[in-house]
Amino acid sequence: MKRFSLFPYVIWMTLFIVVPMFLVLYYAFTIPTETGATWSLENFGRFFEPIYLRVLGRSLRLAVISTVICLILGYPAAMVMAGNAFTRKNVILLLFVVPMWMNFLLRTYAWLTILERNGVINVLLANLSLPRLNILYTEAAVVLGMVYNFLPFMVLPIYSVLSKIDKGVVEAAGDLGANAFRVFTKVVFPLSLPGVVSGVTMVFMPALTTFVISRLLGGGQFTLIGNLIEQQFLVVGDWGFGSAISVVMIVFILLSMAIMSFFEGEEKDVALW
Amino acid sequence: MSEIIVDLKSVSKVYDETVALDGIDLYIRKNEFVTLLGPSGCGKTTTLRLIGGFEQPSGGTILFEGRDITGIPPYKRRVNTVFQRYALFSHLDVFENIAFGLRIKKLSEKAIKDKVKKMLEQVNLEGFEKRDVNSLSGGQQQRVAIARALVNEPEVLLLDEPLAALDLKLRREMQHELKSMQKQLGITFVFVTHDQEEALSMSDTVVVMQDGRIQQIGTPVDIYNEPTNAFVADFIGESNIVDGIMRKDYLVDFSGSSFDCVDFGFAKDEAVDVVIRPEDLVLIPAEKARLSGTVSSVNFLGVHYEMLVESDDGTSWLVHSTLMEPVGTRVGLGLEPMDIHIMKKVSSR
Ligand SMILES: Nc1ncnc2c1ncn2[C@@H]1O[C@H](COP(=O)(O)OP(=O)(O)OP(=O)(O)O)[C@@H](O)[C@H]1O
Ligand SMILES: [Mg+2]
Repeated sequence: MKRFSLFPYVIWMTLFIVVPMFLVLYYAFTIPTETGATWSLENFGRFFEPIYLRVLGRSLRLAVISTVICLILGYPAAMVMAGNAFTRKNVILLLFVVPMWMNFLLRTYAWLTILERNGVINVLLANLSLPRLNILYTEAAVVLGMVYNFLPFMVLPIYSVLSKIDKGVVEAAGDLGANAFRVFTKVVFPLSLPGVVSGVTMVFMPALTTFVISRLLGGGQFTLIGNLIEQQFLVVGDWGFGSAISVVMIVFILLSMAIMSFFEGEEKDVALW
Repeated sequence: MSEIIVDLKSVSKVYDETVALDGIDLYIRKNEFVTLLGPSGCGKTTTLRLIGGFEQPSGGTILFEGRDITGIPPYKRRVNTVFQRYALFSHLDVFENIAFGLRIKKLSEKAIKDKVKKMLEQVNLEGFEKRDVNSLSGGQQQRVAIARALVNEPEVLLLDEPLAALDLKLRREMQHELKSMQKQLGITFVFVTHDQEEALSMSDTVVVMQDGRIQQIGTPVDIYNEPTNAFVADFIGESNIVDGIMRKDYLVDFSGSSFDCVDFGFAKDEAVDVVIRPEDLVLIPAEKARLSGTVSSVNFLGVHYEMLVESDDGTSWLVHSTLMEPVGTRVGLGLEPMDIHIMKKVSSR
């Protein structure tokens, strides 16, 4: 019975996950020849050309910057939400979640109209006779787009861990002589690490692989790994190279997940709270 | 006696709708072992939280060594707490939990090691230094909580039912251990418990509370021998409490007869509570007794038998005796005037 009920999922996973994975691996490790294809690491070799390494470097840099900004903005927000000051927590939570119901593309397009040369911000600035702000099609705009889109993924896991921390533990730290700052550094923050880890993971991964944000808000000037993959498949038609980059990304993601789960593993008892 | 360290002056605490404390007056002397005793929800934890600084009183003032400490945050009070629900730091091991307060005070690594080690011995947890606190049993966690507070050698230690999770044997051991540490370190203990035996055996002073009010403050002997009302009498040890009428000074009617007693000062024919301890009722031949009845149940409790005797007016009397009469036997209950405690009726809330 149990086996039978699993059946649809097995088909689903085979069709949409396992088969594509194997296809990606196949294309990544082969190059086409007249007679068909042969095994080769050539696709991977190409990736280490400086031009592509620079793309990888930029992707990593922007993803790290966005993640750090999300953390800096998200942690205090999560703390405020988890604190006692707000009695209507659900409303605040909803405010964070509602934008996520809207299409990701739409939200990013919205920023175009806000940041444009004659967009909302610049009209406002002009009316105040202030200089224009030209951040559209800069790295700053790309980072802004990432932070805007991914911030909820940072706030929610941290909020959920923080709101589960026993008030008694905080009181105990105060009782033992810790002032508010010490209570935070020695108790609250360490206890919230699992939330931080999953928040960082959930922001870093999509930030590293996005191609929509960089294309819309970066005006295509800032090729990121995601754009590179997209180009190889849709523009250049080099499925082999595109697949190889994808494999490299998968390895990166698995690696960072392993590192994260190592941190999380140390704190797993906290996560169970 | 020695000076007063904590002084609660008509302190009250109201949460939204519930009155947790209804104007209590209580002073605690240096080095005293004070126990707050009372049924669940009577305001014991609330009292501790006010002294610890986790709650602010809705009315009244709290003095610490004569100074008003209202508004002073917990971390500035020379008071430590053993919390009812332990509140251990789950991200730290046993050693670091206990060392927490010492690290905040920036003691040297060596001093910390020494103190924690000594503390672990005192709470019987040697060798547990590196253990994850989540892997400990309830009783072990409780002892870590005690060690974590006590290692700071506060002026006043607040303990909220610190022994509740321990089995009887360990509980006895820890009672002794706590009592001797209290004497040795010269720390004032404010101890909360449900358990009247624990309260009587450990304390210098027992505070009996009910519904946010203090019913009686006194030494264990006073509280046991001279409870001020039927509630205290009933709560401290088992009691037979029956309705009586004070005919005149030294004479009370209950259970259909008149008895000599040692109480006086009541109005003529005033309705009173008559309290008689089960161990003060002696089994005598029925024909010699003014109070007699039939044994309806017998329970062997180790040291003595516990029997219920139904007297002719329908009251059941709890009797503790080393002698046993089988169920159905007619017995008389003898009692001395001194053993009849007359108490004013309290209008029950
Ligand atoms: N934070 C709070 N908010 C509302 N009511 C509270 C709060 N804390 C305590 N109370 C109420 O105050 C009363 C006294 O509670 P308290 O915790 O002091 O009782 P207690 O004597 O410690 O009981 P127990 O023996 O069960 O621990 C109870 O009626 C309780 O419901
Ligand atoms: Mg309590």
